[in-house]
Amino acid sequence: MAYDVNGTTVEHDEEGYITTLSDWTKELAGVIATAEEIDMNEEHWAVVNFLREYYEEYQIAPAVRVLIKSIKKSMGPEIGNNKYMYELFPYGPAKQACKIAGLPKPTGCV
Amino acid sequence: MPDGAEEFRKMQHALDVPCLKPGAMEGVQPFKAKPEHQEKVGMPGELIPDWKEKALEKMAELGEKNRAFKVYLDTCVKCGACTDKCHYFLGTGDPKNMPVARQDLLRSVYRRYFTFAGKYFPWLVGARDLTEDVLEEWYSYYHQCSECRRCSVFCPYGIDTAEITMAAREILDTVGVGQKYSNEIIGKVKEVGNNLGLNPKALRATLEDLEEDLEEDTGLAVRLPLDEKGADILLITPSADFFAEPHIDGLLGYAKVFHEAGVSWTISSYASEAANFGLFIGSYENMREISLRIRKAAEDLGVKRIVFGECGHAWRVAYSFLDTLAGPFDFLDQKYPIPQHILEFTWDEIQKGTLKFDKSKNDDIRLTYHDSCNVARASRMGDMPGGQFEIPRNVIKAVCNNYFDMDPDTIKESTLCCGGGGGLLTDDLMDLRIKGSSPRMTALQDVTEEHGVTHMAAICAICKTQFSKVMPKFGYEMDSVVSVHQLVSNAIILTGSNDGESAEEETSDE
Repeated sequence: MAYDVNGTTVEHDEEGYITTLSDWTKELAGVIATAEEIDMNEEHWAVVNFLREYYEEYQIAPAVRVLIKSIKKSMGPEIGNNKYMYELFPYGPAKQACKIAGLPKPTGCV
Repeated sequence: MPDGAEEFRKMQHALDVPCLKPGAMEGVQPFKAKPEHQEKVGMPGELIPDWKEKALEKMAELGEKNRAFKVYLDTCVKCGACTDKCHYFLGTGDPKNMPVARQDLLRSVYRRYFTFAGKYFPWLVGARDLTEDVLEEWYSYYHQCSECRRCSVFCPYGIDTAEITMAAREILDTVGVGQKYSNEIIGKVKEVGNNLGLNPKALRATLEDLEEDLEEDTGLAVRLPLDEKGADILLITPSADFFAEPHIDGLLGYAKVFHEAGVSWTISSYASEAANFGLFIGSYENMREISLRIRKAAEDLGVKRIVFGECGHAWRVAYSFLDTLAGPFDFLDQKYPIPQHILEFTWDEIQKGTLKFDKSKNDDIRLTYHDSCNVARASRMGDMPGGQFEIPRNVIKAVCNNYFDMDPDTIKESTLCCGGGGGLLTDDLMDLRIKGSSPRMTALQDVTEEHGVTHMAAICAICKTQFSKVMPKFGYEMDSVVSVHQLVSNAIILTGSNDGESAEEETSDE
């Protein structure tokens, strides 16, 4: 199981999460997004970038509420709200956005 | 929605028996654990060469150690009382999801190797050989049971299918066939302290962030303390309460209740998880290891009491088994229940008159309550029978004006599972989860039609996540499921707080 990024293969697990986090590139994010039927725009990127920054600091994805608060600050309340996050990432800002951002899947009762 | 089936399954009645669809769910199964997940739960990484001998040895061992398991295998008389009691049977129509048929997947093998008739006349007593195909069938159908125990309520012998499911999963794990979802999570609890893998630094940052929100909303320093030695109460809550919606609103509710009650409390980063998936995989050793973390945290922090947050199976493990697994808790204050449920705590404070509410804050919603299976059928709250049904309802009614119960055959001890319990809350089983939730969703749709119910409250992290995912399939918004302490949080009047409305105005003026 692998994504094809301009001829280079990047391994992923059964659910599409990449197995080696350092394999992530912007191009790969685009490939994963296409597989998820998401057309990446500036708003998607704002979420993905925040997730990656947060992960770098804390080695885990942020709570959805923390993500939304940050997006609200940077892009305004029309975008920084739960409903809009699900419009951007229909399978949820936690799981689907993490997949595109190259982070591990959040596990547990979530 | 990209996952699962698209259509709403509106049944005529929540408990309608479907037409039989033999084989409808055959082969449906969650991802199997990889060697690294298996090893962390102390199980072989892959199917071992002598799997058949080891599986039968394990079955014999379980029969000796666990008297109930053997009695359950021996006593079924095929009366049929359980056949239409499983939500997965009602939702899928697959006859192997009838509880008796699910039990028989294992019982048939037990008879073949452990009973006189089965050894010599297997064809007469429905006994069969253990083969790799049987293992696969077990893996599939024992992961279509949420161990909710509804069927056991209706069995005249009290046979508990959950025990048989747990035994089957343990036998499978023992020979190297484990479930990725549960076993990966247990590994994270052992390594990091919780199901999410939320490390202490990230947990602290999350709690501080939430404290800021609380201060902004209330004007008060309502705290979410972490690792504070000498606190009176250790709160053990599912890590979903630090991460997911609507769980976090429940956490904020606990914090407000503790604040107003004037007690000192703390969360532990070492035991930052109430959930105990050791139960789901039937592993006493794993269940014990996870429980001992709670004991260690309580001792290290020097607390006097342990209070559990809103988590269904955690409360079963805590209420029924914690003392056996990790006791005696003689170092805690014996004046209080050990452990205590957050709803018992809140209800006590309400009765003492410590907490004041503005119920109109919840007037924008009309509520019903989903009894979580493990709380309803495997535990109790308070000091009277049925307290686990009454106390949550009492608290809801103390903070909301519009409350309506669902069909009596679908609540309290007869409650339906949310469809995601027992280790099935994984995306690879989404189709099963939607189908399994359809009886509950139908009962909900009925009270929506009759009483205009808009929201359903729950006290289990799994239920909350499951409903937020499946409710949109049945015509509800994902935030139509709420935490009970979210309702408490909405209505509570904190002494000295700028009242909710002015706080909202201030926020909107920004």
